[in-house]
Amino acid sequence: MPAADASSALLEVRNLQVDFRTRNGIAHVLDGIEFSLSKGEILGIVGESGCGKSMTALAIMGLVPTPPGRIAGGEIVYRGENLLKASKERMRRIRGNRISMIFQEPMTALNPVFTVGDQIAESIVLHQGLSRRAALDRAVELLREVHIPAPERRIGEFPHQLSGGMRQRIMIAIALACEPDILIADEPTTALDVTVQAQVFDLLLELQQDRDMAIVLITHDMGVIAEMTGRVLVMYAGRIIEAAAVDDLLENPQHPYTSGLIACVPQLSDEPEAEREALMEIPGVVPPLTELGVGCAFEPRCGFRMPVCVQSRPSPVAVGAGHSAACWLMEDADRQGADRQGADRRDGDRP
Amino acid sequence: MPILRLVLERIAYAFIVITAVLVLNFILVRLAPGDPAEVIAGESGGITEEILAAIRRDYGLDLPLHEQLWIYLGNAVQGDLGYSFYFNSPVVELVVSRMGPTILLILAATVIALFIGTALGVLASRNPEGLFSNFLTVASLIGYSAPAFWTGLMLIILFAFVVPLFPVAGLYDVTLSVGYFGRALDIAHHLVLPAFTLAIIYIAQYSRLARASMLEVLGSDYIRTARAKGVAERVVFFKHALRNAILPIITITGLHFGNLLSGAVLVEAVFNWPGLGTLAFDSLLRRDYTTILALLFFSALMVIVANLATDFCYRLADPRIKGKRG
Amino acid sequence: MADRPAGAEIPVATAESPAREAWRMFLRNRSAILGLVLLAAIILVSLFGPPLYGVDPFKIRGAPFTPPGVDPNVPLGTDHVGRDILAGMIGGGRATLAVGASAALMTVAIGLLVGAMAGYYGGLVDEILMRITEFFQVLPSLILAMVLVALFTPSLYMIAIAIGVASWQSTARLARAEFLRLKELEYVKAGRTIGATDRRLIWVVILPNALPPLIVSATLIVGVAILFEAGLSFLGLGDPNIMSWGLMIGSSREYIFDSWWSATFPGAAIFLSVLSVSLIGDGLNDALNPKLRER
Repeated sequence: MPAADASSALLEVRNLQVDFRTRNGIAHVLDGIEFSLSKGEILGIVGESGCGKSMTALAIMGLVPTPPGRIAGGEIVYRGENLLKASKERMRRIRGNRISMIFQEPMTALNPVFTVGDQIAESIVLHQGLSRRAALDRAVELLREVHIPAPERRIGEFPHQLSGGMRQRIMIAIALACEPDILIADEPTTALDVTVQAQVFDLLLELQQDRDMAIVLITHDMGVIAEMTGRVLVMYAGRIIEAAAVDDLLENPQHPYTSGLIACVPQLSDEPEAEREALMEIPGVVPPLTELGVGCAFEPRCGFRMPVCVQSRPSPVAVGAGHSAACWLMEDADRQGADRQGADRRDGDRP
Repeated sequence: MPILRLVLERIAYAFIVITAVLVLNFILVRLAPGDPAEVIAGESGGITEEILAAIRRDYGLDLPLHEQLWIYLGNAVQGDLGYSFYFNSPVVELVVSRMGPTILLILAATVIALFIGTALGVLASRNPEGLFSNFLTVASLIGYSAPAFWTGLMLIILFAFVVPLFPVAGLYDVTLSVGYFGRALDIAHHLVLPAFTLAIIYIAQYSRLARASMLEVLGSDYIRTARAKGVAERVVFFKHALRNAILPIITITGLHFGNLLSGAVLVEAVFNWPGLGTLAFDSLLRRDYTTILALLFFSALMVIVANLATDFCYRLADPRIKGKRG
Repeated sequence: MADRPAGAEIPVATAESPAREAWRMFLRNRSAILGLVLLAAIILVSLFGPPLYGVDPFKIRGAPFTPPGVDPNVPLGTDHVGRDILAGMIGGGRATLAVGASAALMTVAIGLLVGAMAGYYGGLVDEILMRITEFFQVLPSLILAMVLVALFTPSLYMIAIAIGVASWQSTARLARAEFLRLKELEYVKAGRTIGATDRRLIWVVILPNALPPLIVSATLIVGVAILFEAGLSFLGLGDPNIMSWGLMIGSSREYIFDSWWSATFPGAAIFLSVLSVSLIGDGLNDALNPKLRER
């Protein structure tokens, strides 16, 4: 990990640990998450559902449901302040003001009994101390900025009168109401249809460039990662298993899981048609977090498993400039000094 | 424009239901064992052959059934649902004169149940596994299981002997000569025990419902959105969550109006509250069927009106319902 | 052809292991067990108490208004005419419980029949049946039951029927919803294609799967029916020749200032009966509701 940019980072997450109490024991939902976010950067977090990417976002927002959840350790440093140590009141003033979040489900994320104008204005009244009147005027401006036609009329409408794409634009307007430094977008388009998805992403890019705002974009879609982000974290079972600049990651994935994710997206893969067909899905499912052994969590699904994978868990290893991966294959590569050719190994391992 | 159509539709529907209740009453009298004329006269004593003959003539009891029904409905349209020989009064007048105290009792009980029930349930939802929440679960089960007329009697014993804070019978104290305002206060004072007795079951039900509803709402996406906006937890709870959690309670309250009316019959009998309940009790004692049937008719009418009112309230509370048929 | 027993092909809900699992859940629920024990005790006392105690609850056994604990002959005291309260407590449960149970049966039977027809056949049948249900929902159930019992002879049968006729609506709605949901399931459609009769599909294929929510509701209805019976008896609409808890309260209502005990004890008996049934119903709900089971 490059330590040089640590001081200039807007947000830094260090060794973040989140546990959940479940009926089957303690689940380490997040285990040693570490990354930094610079001003104006778009950071992607990718992984299958349940890998902890949404929980990372909630932890930054201070919204981990407690109980059953618990922040078990680590630091989340925003502009030099450890948010995990901040008071509830302090955290409340940061949420929706300096750090904002939009969610996956625009259909249910807005309160059905309040007008969209009131829901946008609430945030402005809360953090900027404007009057309700002034806040509503500001809400109209915001709706214009997120390209909602006839905003004066829209602010008086209720969420059920708007389409999914519209509602997500409203959510974005709420999130941007106080010009935050960081916007966390948790699968913002998953529930929307394809053309609307593209519009929402265009909007996010436009707003991000206007405001020099950092975005943490959470998705399970490598295609979105390729189009939107600068740097990417790949998460699996509560850990970051690979981190790299997006081009580097796509061209030169090091972890077998990352390769699998990339192979799932047709236009990103260079492999021949037949090969791609077979690789469309990574076989198996994420193991229950309460049942993780001492070994690598991906081992049961991995095509390259080695004896060491069951015995202990690999730590992140630097494999290039700003590129790290947590896989025993990396240690292997280091030791032997050989360049790894993932595809060859994969072919050799398959029946 | 669609609102007007909706209102007209509702009124037309209410009209059909009211007619159906009348037809039901008509059928019941004919189905009852014995001579319909005697059923209509009731068992009040002093019913002479002349009176029976007059009833046969007025109701056209010698005519074919469908003509009888026609006469009955025709009379009903003119506001004539029969004459009570026991009370010596047209039943419509009789019932209407007793409606006020019952409506007062039911509204008071509804307000009490809504406020206390919702407050308790909301309080419990703050800590669903906590001591208070568990206590409430048990308490609501107890409140739900106790027969209202018995609870009423127990309260009478308590307040008559142990802590004489509230009067235990009647609508007001006839010996008091106080002004208009004083009378109102006196009635309110007399209202406390019967209204509370009637409310207990509903406090139990609404507290359970409010707790469950709050817990469901608190887990919803828009509550997460509110928190992500930096809204204080108190405001999330009382503004964003409660406003939504109250919706199913409004619906249920509307549906409970008929049950409240049933409960009021028993509670009124216990507290000598001079409403429809005591009227029912007295007419049952005399087997005054005309009055009892008129009571059934008017209670159905009240339920219909209450349903319309609830519908209206719900429309105000839930913007999603506007223009749609509920 | 249509009558051919299609049992082999249609997966009739055996439901054994889920039922057993639910039962285990139920047994783990302490308050449900308390309810079960309480109800069993009440039933046992009502069944075997009267012959063992051997006192006619209508018989005058002491001075009127004897308080409890004064005369060893009448341990719970006497009412305004001198009848033994304890005898009434022991003997009065039979009518209350019998009417409660049969009225609940009646309610469920009507509700299930209407709901199953409406949900299964849909269309016009559904429309008509639901209009009728809505109509009955407008009539306050106790007042309707009151009218029915008053117009026809007050007997235990009539009371049970009246309660059933007055309170089946919610069961019908519940059954309809379940049937609407279940009739779309694959195995029901499969059953139809291999020529199972409607009757078989309704009662043998769909019904067992619709049972869990219906059982919970039926249990709670027993409690409601007991309260109903007590209320009607309290209003003087019970069978005057059969002692019941409601009748005891009703007849001592006027003398509440002279003898607190004559209404308190039978009321407590009603309360405990309804409470026991409610506890069982709650326990069944937790055990049979898979959504809750996951918590």
